[in-house]
Order: sequence, then C-alpha cells, then structure tokens
Amino acid sequence: MSGILSNLQILTVAPVFNVQLLIDGLLIGAIFALAAYGMALVWGVMNIINITQGEFVVLGGYVAVEFAHHGIHPLLSLPVAAAFMFIVGWLVYRAAIFRVVDQDLFISLLATFGISILLQQLMNTVFGADVQVANAHMGSWQILGGMVTVSQVKLVSFIICVILGLGLMWFLKSSRLGQAIRATAQNARAARVLGIDTDRVYAMTYAINGAICGVAGALIAMAYTIHPYIGLPYTLRSFMIVIVAGLGNLGAVIVSGIGLGIAENYAGFILGAQFQLAFVFLLLVAVLVVRNWRLQRQRRYLK
Amino acid sequence: MSAGPTMSGATRIAVWGLVGALGVAAPFLVPSYLQQIATLWLFVVFALTWDLGGGQMGYNSFGNVVFVGVGMYACAVTQIGLFYSVGAYTAARGGGTEFVFTMPQYLSGLAIGLVAAAVLAVVTALVLGSLVLGMRGHYFAICTLGLGVAGGELAAGWEWIGAGSGMTAPTAPDVLDVNSFYYYLCFVLAVITFFAMRWLLATRFGLAVNAIRDDEDKAEAMGLPTTRLKVTAWMFSGLFLGLAGGIYGNMNRFIDPTDLAFAGSTIGVWMVLMAILGGKGTLWGPVIGAVVFQVFKEVFWTYLLGWQRVALGLLIVLIVVFFPQGILGFLRERFPALFGHTVEAEIAEDAEEAAS
Repeated sequence: MSGILSNLQILTVAPVFNVQLLIDGLLIGAIFALAAYGMALVWGVMNIINITQGEFVVLGGYVAVEFAHHGIHPLLSLPVAAAFMFIVGWLVYRAAIFRVVDQDLFISLLATFGISILLQQLMNTVFGADVQVANAHMGSWQILGGMVTVSQVKLVSFIICVILGLGLMWFLKSSRLGQAIRATAQNARAARVLGIDTDRVYAMTYAINGAICGVAGALIAMAYTIHPYIGLPYTLRSFMIVIVAGLGNLGAVIVSGIGLGIAENYAGFILGAQFQLAFVFLLLVAVLVVRNWRLQRQRRYLK
Repeated sequence: MSAGPTMSGATRIAVWGLVGALGVAAPFLVPSYLQQIATLWLFVVFALTWDLGGGQMGYNSFGNVVFVGVGMYACAVTQIGLFYSVGAYTAARGGGTEFVFTMPQYLSGLAIGLVAAAVLAVVTALVLGSLVLGMRGHYFAICTLGLGVAGGELAAGWEWIGAGSGMTAPTAPDVLDVNSFYYYLCFVLAVITFFAMRWLLATRFGLAVNAIRDDEDKAEAMGLPTTRLKVTAWMFSGLFLGLAGGIYGNMNRFIDPTDLAFAGSTIGVWMVLMAILGGKGTLWGPVIGAVVFQVFKEVFWTYLLGWQRVALGLLIVLIVVFFPQGILGFLRERFPALFGHTVEAEIAEDAEEAAS
C-alpha cells in the first residue's frame, strides 16, 4: 500500500515520468488496436469471438524470432509473418471454424478455445517455453534531458501499425473482396443470393485476421517479448477494445487501444509490474459490469 | 427436470449401490491409481456444479474456477494461520522443521479450513455473481473468463500467500494415511454434491432455474426474482467448489496460483468440457462426462507426454464441433424410450397413415 502511494508521489513530484508512461502506452496501444481490429473483423463478419486471437499473435511473433535467430533483420519478417499467418488462418478455418460459423456462439467460443490450447502447447514444443525476443538491433533516443527514453523499434512498430490500419480500411472500402466482406457482414443470406461465395468470404476474413495478428505479433516480438502462454492476455485486450469501441469503427478502435496501452502502463508503474496483467483482466470485468449497469437502467442488458 | 434415463426405483438403487461400492472399494481394488480416482471425484464435483449454472441455468461460465482457487487458498491459509504466522510460513516456502502439525492440530485445522473455504467461496459467489450475472451470452462467458485469470494474477502477485512461487499445504502427521484419507474426503464430497444437485433440481428452485435458461425475460415477467435466483445458484456452485478447492489443495500439497488454484485455461475449461461431453442440463451427464474425460486425460498425460495439451485441444474441438449434445444427449436422440419419451399410439398411427 505504501509502495502504491510512493509511486503516485513520484508521478506528481517528477512529471516527466508521466511523459514516459504516455509515450510507452501510445506506442504499444497501436499494436493492441491492430490485433483488436482483426478481432472486430471476424466478430462483425462471422459472428465469432476468436479466442485464438492471442495465439495467432504469438505465433506471428515466433516468425520474427526465427528470422532474428538466423541473422536476418526481423523487420523483413513482417511480410513473411503476414503470409504465414494468412495460411494458418485459412487452414484453421478449413479445418474447424467453418463448422461452427452458423452455430451457437458458445460453441464457437469453446472451439476457438480448444484451438488456442492446442496452439499453445504446439508452440511450447516447437519453440520452447522461454521468453524470447526478436532483436532488431535498434537504439533509442533520449529526450527531455535524458529523462525519457523513446525506443526506435517501438516507434517504427507504431508507424507500421498506423499504415496497416489505414491500408485495411482502404481495402475493406474499395477492393472487390473488401466489399464482399462488408456485404456478407451486413446480410450473409442476401449476399449469397446476389452471388457472393460467403464461405470463401469467411475463409478470407479469417485468414486476413490471421495475417493482421501475424504482423502485430512480429512487432511485439521485436519491441517487447513473447512466450507460448502469453496469448490469452492479447485475446482479452482485443475483446475489451472491441466492446469499448464497437464493431467496425477504426478510429474508436485506435483510440481505445491507445487508451488501454496508457492505462496499462500507468497501472504497471503504480501497482507494480506483477499486477499489470491482473489490472488488465479486472479492467475487462469492470468495463463489462459498468456497461451492463448503464444498459440495465434502460431495462436492457449486454447480450 | 431432465434427469438421466428414467429408472425404476430398483434399478436406481442398484446403480447407486454399484457406483457407491466401487467408490468405497477403489483404494483396495486399484491402490496405484488412487490419486487419479480421487481427482476424478473432484472433477465430478466441478462438472456437476458447472452444470448447475451452464446446463440448467444457461449461464456458460469460464470463471467457476475462481471459487476453487478461493477455497484452496482460504483453506490452506486457515490451516496454517491457526497455529503459525502465515507470512513466516510462506517466506520459509512451507519447508523447515519448525512448522509441524500434530494430529489434532492437523485435523481441526483442516475442518475449520474447509468451513472457511466454503464460507469465503460462497461470499465470493455472492459478490461476483451480483456484479456479473446481469449480462448474458458470450459477454458473460468472456467476463467470467477474465475473472478466472484475474484471480490467478492477483494470487500470483500477493507476497503474503507466497505470490508466484505458490504455497505448500501443511504436512500431515506420519500416522495419517494421507492418500486414502483424501480419497474418501473427495468421494464423500462428490456423493454429497450429487445428491444435493439432485434434490435442488427437484425443488421449485430447480424449476425456476430451468425457466431462466429457457426464457429469462418471460421468467422475469412471470414474477420470478431472476437475479436473486441466479446469484443463489452461483452460491451453491461456490459452496461445493470451495470445499473441493480446499481438499484439492491439500491433496496436491503444492498450490500454484495460476496452474492449480485459478487455472482458468485448464481446470476452468475442463469443467465446461466435462459437462458438455456427458450432456449439458442432465444430472448424470456431468458425472459420465467427468469419468470419460478423466480417462482421456490420464491416457494423454501418460502416453502423449509433451503433446498432451495438443491432444486435449483437439479433443475439445472435436467434442464441441461434432458432439455438442454430449453422451446423454446422443443416447436420448437414439433411444428416446429409455428417457421416458414415448409417443402416444394414436398419434403414431396418424403419423404413419400420413406418411404412407
């Protein structure tokens, strides 16, 4: 308890620490937003909450780690991670997801949970249980008289996230496939009547989500760390961002992603790093409870 | 109420007698598998209590494991705290020669610890249930998933109860045959849970809970106090899960915050899976599901070491994709007569005429 108070005191006595926390939160928040955007896509189009999201992220991260191990710069792994995870996503869809698209949401929730457990152990067996990082060999800038550190690789990953987000928005708006995806999201039956192969659209949506997660994961492996069992926090973060931002609103997704990043950094600083994940999970519960309370005033509920 | 196959009184007594006799005799029949069978009885408790919320009430929770974790820690902390300082005990990692429990100390500690576990788990269910049971469907599922993993992270950060390096349950005095002692505790708890659930589902409370599953809005419109009923159902789950957690921690000796106590992605999912595998919303379904699941799990852990979770994940996918109705649901579809679903002769004749 006294630790918490003294940490709060540090923030007020030396405001420059706030700058550090804000910058770190902003930079990681963009990656959260990217993964959340993928989840929103699958949720909106296929009506599936993809618990495997976090494992896709981690798996993409291992592509970058493997690149770094073989002496190739991990930034070059981004397209490979995207392509690899696109294929993984497509295969997972063809293997299992297509059977649960039309079913009860709880069934698809459990099915993706099963896939995530499977992938966790698979990654553990193949890559080992250690915490790993794809070293990008990039330095960092010291600003504000050396009090604040801005890591270059985190800044690069932030810029890549923004570019990718804009690219995705353009893709959904203008490309043929993007239009087909949006049409299917609006009304799958009508889309089918009008000649859209919805099964293919679902497969592509799920695969594109895989590719998005792959890139997000590669960036996380470069700028932060990964290990086989860190997937679930990313899933729950994505879920939280989507319920705060709503489906299909990229701007709101980015804002809430960055907000979550900043909140998490503050929590890690004030409560101590060992409680950072607990804070994320409890924040998820709190967000849901508060939203539900507000709905209950109108005699409605979260469903 | 949708019970298992409608059995005549005599068959029912025979089935109960058989299961009971097997349970009592297990330590003598298969002494080398005692720990596994004890775990099986706990799994039966997990599946039965999950089914009260998930199967009977329609509230699919991934977070019931919270009650297991709360019970486990509450029991261990009480057992230790009655005679020693908990902080010193966890700081010594439960080792050292100074933390010795005599037979009366051990037994009374365990008894009081189990009461504390039950009480605290019920209170947890009351508080958390009032907060989260208002939401429905997948929001509820993911919210409870968050609760389960949050519990683990909190326990893993709390120094007083050993933080991430966990806690060791008190060492039993040598005179006590720990294995059979905990085996019978697990067995008795499973039996009590089974009959408690059986009784509960036959009462008006059981009917009300089923009404909530079938159509909550209508149930509320008919005047049922749905929120209070839902929280009460969760408190019943919490009661038995807290007791199970207290026993589980002592049986396992070592309490790991995220891998045993609040194991959201293992035990938390397994209890869902066991209930679904056996047949959601039935009394015998979770029991059968727990048995089948435990056999699968032990086989995977023995013969597929290193790949056991891959096999388990695959099993989950296969069950929910291809077998969501569960074993009893499948039997009910194939052999409806066994479950007391009969077609009246007149209607059958009419249908046959219409068909021909």
